[in-house]
Amino acid sequence: MAADSVGIVAPRLESFEDPLILETGRILPRFDLMIETYGTLNADASNAILICHALSGHHHAAGYYAGETKAGWWDSCIGPNKAIDTNLFFVVALNNIGGCNGSTGPTSPNPENDNKPYGPDFPLVTVRDWVNVQARLADRLGIGIWHAVVGGSLGGMQALQWAVDYPQRLKNCAIIASTPKLSAQNIAFNEVARQSILSDPDFHAGRYLEQQTFPKRGLILARMVGHITYLSEEAMKEKFGRDLKSGNFLYGYDVEFQVESYLRYQGEQFSRNFDANTYLIMTKALDYFDPARDHDSKLNQALAPATCRFLIVSFTTDWRFAPSRSQEIVDALITNRQPVSYIDVDAPQGHDSFLFPIPRYVNTLRGFLGQPSGHNLGQNVTKNAPELGTIDQNQTATVAGAAR
Amino acid sequence: MRLDQQLAERWIKPGSRVLDLGCGDGELLAHMAKRLDIDCYGLEIDEDKITSAIGRGLNIIEQDLNDGLGRFADQSFDAVVMAQALQAVKAPDQILLDMVRVGREAIITFPNFAHWKTRSYLGFRGKMPVSEALPYMWYNTPNIHLCTFRDFEALCQANGIKIINRLAVDGDQQGNFFMKHFPNFFGEIAIYRVSRS
Repeated sequence: MAADSVGIVAPRLESFEDPLILETGRILPRFDLMIETYGTLNADASNAILICHALSGHHHAAGYYAGETKAGWWDSCIGPNKAIDTNLFFVVALNNIGGCNGSTGPTSPNPENDNKPYGPDFPLVTVRDWVNVQARLADRLGIGIWHAVVGGSLGGMQALQWAVDYPQRLKNCAIIASTPKLSAQNIAFNEVARQSILSDPDFHAGRYLEQQTFPKRGLILARMVGHITYLSEEAMKEKFGRDLKSGNFLYGYDVEFQVESYLRYQGEQFSRNFDANTYLIMTKALDYFDPARDHDSKLNQALAPATCRFLIVSFTTDWRFAPSRSQEIVDALITNRQPVSYIDVDAPQGHDSFLFPIPRYVNTLRGFLGQPSGHNLGQNVTKNAPELGTIDQNQTATVAGAAR
Repeated sequence: MRLDQQLAERWIKPGSRVLDLGCGDGELLAHMAKRLDIDCYGLEIDEDKITSAIGRGLNIIEQDLNDGLGRFADQSFDAVVMAQALQAVKAPDQILLDMVRVGREAIITFPNFAHWKTRSYLGFRGKMPVSEALPYMWYNTPNIHLCTFRDFEALCQANGIKIINRLAVDGDQQGNFFMKHFPNFFGEIAIYRVSRS
């Protein structure tokens, strides 16, 4: 195991017995959260970073489970001396409610229905609901203010919602490969994914667990269409080209091209580990997310309450949430005169780029996160600027950039 | 202290909102942030410099100045600063107009192509001047729109831009009697503070 791994980790369950009122008005009488933490919370709890997960999210963000060889989903960024440095920070990752990895969701027993699995009776949840739940988790962990809330894609939406809903509870917000709201095209892809699940004969109106089956074909299709949108054309070309498995056309409908084989394999893997109702819930949460909706579609008005510093990162080949979508957030923050930095990283991996250790991206994230400090929650980033001890104030340099 | 830092302290009021175009690694912004408590954004295109500047705790937006300043509202900054980039943009006249649109004042520095050394280089050798201030060959220079004090002032006049201050300095940031009175001949670097009339 590499020296910059957090090593062997174990998840743990946090139970919350107070009812949770959801944005839909429905109430969860109680809920569990499966969480993982890395690093050590310091004495004044000022070094905590929350990691928000993307669509098929999981609490296992870094390190390894005993006896397993697959690292957590964001192991490239979280660990000792990595961009999210666990020598400095206490990192919290969780499985959101509605999920299927241990937190209360559609596969959990429904106390109002003889503890049968919730299935389709699990309420729709929104990004705002998740953030409210995460705030309760922060209370539980003794974290008043996050040093940072960080997320990619759907996780970036949660980070943005944090900045708006709990402005006094985070200092820094990193929104990576995300968007302030889905486009019609984005929603369309989600709808194809949902329909593939809903139309699977094994779906049984969402009560497949009670029938001791699951809509495997639907899940595979849903994942395949999703997966296509996560990769760039370039990345697919690079990885598969038009390579044939057998070397020849077979003139049939079995797998012939390598890319077909890959998509089927990914779909197959996913279908074994993911709950169909959770996939439906998560894609709906994506579709509904739109903080500007309550503000006459004016994003800057929606973001006005935020007081944290922002880092927005997009990737040139991300066509699911293209750089222009990230720039909508940047522009709204600039309009509001809020502290924001923005980089558009040239990377070939498409939307999935945020999971890769691309040097420019991870170095910028590291620089943005800086060092934990116990105070200074300011509106103005410049007031939080680190001491500039490394700069020789007396040097007789030229006018900035002169003579270069 | 660097001249640009001195000038910033003289020309930019504490608490101002400042936009730095081509901010590099953010050294000037960091200085101003510390000394003047300004509220600022820097625009830069060099990836490594952006990373360094963000690491300093500054607000840096990755942006090509050739795309203009459309994302910034009219008069939304107290000062817009651009050091040694005017000559490298595709449309210097447009960026200048954008600067005085976005900022109440603009501070601009550029190499003076009419400096006597440059003139004599071209005059005697008949070749495009290469110097410490202009260290590139004609074919690989990023400086595609070189100008002089006179050219710049003519541009300002044609566009109704008011010159508030003008400084002529050499490569070491020093000025003298000759540069002050004959900037177009003796000034190596031009420094202007301008605004919309």
